[in-house]
Amino acid sequence: MKLQQLSVFLENRPGHLAEPLALLSREGINILSLSLADTSDFGILRMIVRDWERAAQVLKADDWVVKLTEVVAVDVEDRPGGLAEVLQAAGKAELKIEYMYAFSLRRNHRAALIFRFEEPDRAIDALSAAGCHVIEAEALFAAVE
Amino acid sequence: MLSERWNDVEGGFHPASAPDYLPVERLREVQLRRLRAVVTRAYDNVDLFRARMGERGLTPADIRTLDDIAQLPFTVKVDLRDTYPFGLFASPMGEIVRLHASSGTTGKPIVVAYTRDDLNVWAEVMTRTFAACGLHRGDIVQNAFGYGLFTGGLGAHYGAEALGATVIPVSGGNTERQLMVMKDFNVSAVCATPSYFIHVIERANDMGLDLRELPLHTGIFGAEPWSEEMRRRIQDGAGIRAYDIYGLSEIIGPGVGSECEHQDGLHIFEDHFYPEIIDPETGAVLPDGEEGELVLTTLSKQAMPIIRYRTRDITRIITETCACGRSLRRIRRVGRRSDDMFIIRGVNVFPSQVEAALLAVEGTLPHYQIILTRDHGLDQMAVEVEVTPEVFSDKVRALEDVRAELAKAIEQIIGIRVALRLVEPRTIARSEGKAKRVIDKRAI
Repeated sequence: MKLQQLSVFLENRPGHLAEPLALLSREGINILSLSLADTSDFGILRMIVRDWERAAQVLKADDWVVKLTEVVAVDVEDRPGGLAEVLQAAGKAELKIEYMYAFSLRRNHRAALIFRFEEPDRAIDALSAAGCHVIEAEALFAAVE
Repeated sequence: MLSERWNDVEGGFHPASAPDYLPVERLREVQLRRLRAVVTRAYDNVDLFRARMGERGLTPADIRTLDDIAQLPFTVKVDLRDTYPFGLFASPMGEIVRLHASSGTTGKPIVVAYTRDDLNVWAEVMTRTFAACGLHRGDIVQNAFGYGLFTGGLGAHYGAEALGATVIPVSGGNTERQLMVMKDFNVSAVCATPSYFIHVIERANDMGLDLRELPLHTGIFGAEPWSEEMRRRIQDGAGIRAYDIYGLSEIIGPGVGSECEHQDGLHIFEDHFYPEIIDPETGAVLPDGEEGELVLTTLSKQAMPIIRYRTRDITRIITETCACGRSLRRIRRVGRRSDDMFIIRGVNVFPSQVEAALLAVEGTLPHYQIILTRDHGLDQMAVEVEVTPEVFSDKVRALEDVRAELAKAIEQIIGIRVALRLVEPRTIARSEGKAKRVIDKRAI
């Protein structure tokens, strides 16, 4: 039920975001979604990529520091309140969210929410029990084809 | 029978190692005879040396005992720059068969020269180095020291060949090719800078290659200071014995000293390179056992004899004899250099102190650089640390914690506030695999 997210360390300098992305593009690796966390000195690029093993290999071979993290994807209707309902369920179950980001799926007016929970396994159980639709990696990738 | 031991290649002995076991009195006789000859040679052929002897009212005839060396003038790195390129040569170019140069990052490099006999001595001391590290005929040596003007590559190359080992002159860099060679050519020993080899181990791990399962059994590391922690990491990570060797281009290159199987200090090949320890402030010679700056005199060099060279390396001579039976004196591993020391807001700081702090937090030593600047008359110290996979996190807070912890650890050791920046891997410049530790941008 969990999804592998790739994180890359970046210095906060002009042009630095482009380098790893250009590298992945040269390798024909498509990015489903990304989010960027930054401070004044450094940033963390987080990405959801179908072929995460190859992407990690390509980045490491070019001396980028890469980390794989398990995240949880929740599939919601792309309408006002879609996110709020999931957050309420997470709040009720007292799930700690480290960070999250979202992106629209092309089909059926739906959106994917990507959550980094402190305890991903408990989060999956609690959200599923609350009626949220935790989406498998394969189904998520299929939904954006 | 000693002569039989030397031929016992399984034991790592080699005929060239004979002088390692000279009785001490005999060794001192050889040293005195060679010292008198080299001082005469420098006096007769090198203007700078003759002038400095003249200022002191000395001639070569004043050298009657080994202790008389203390009267002789020092040679410092600036002398090699000032006489660039050929001013300290004591042989005509017709007898010089090789030049090397340091990869100087500031101004002119320094140039060093070798006659045919000098190259033979160099190959001999490197053969003795490899033998002391347990290598022998039949070993396959991957030489990842840089080939070119840097003395590391060719110095190790000819020594390993003279030993009878098989040399692969792969030079530095291109880590994936290094690993392919190591695996496919059944490499049994590797020469590299320790920081580069740690990178090789990491890359092997990334590729799912376990170096401990390869025939590789020995690593010979030099050209930069490294800690016992780094040694443990290399030995455990690659399943090898990791030996420290010592040398510098000004004296000959690698081959000035080497650890033996006991890994407890480095034997100086003192039949060719005479060691002294001095007080770096006063220049006074210190007795064996006391810590100070290592000073070396080339006893047999022809093309470029160097008298009492101040290495700026801080160490001490070990007074006990080594269990290996070599009569050659040992020095402690060089952990810091007197000229790497810098003064900031009146405090003496050694990079080794910063290293100790980084090691304490990360468990291993990351690549780092110290940058000194002056802002409105106040000195500022920044430390840039390359992020390693071990400390990297997808969470901003976790990375901020790492940064704060590193800064605090350094501040606690040296007592000065530092700006700590995390930087991307491979962004700190390395020359010949060595990292330049301190960048001083203060306009004095």
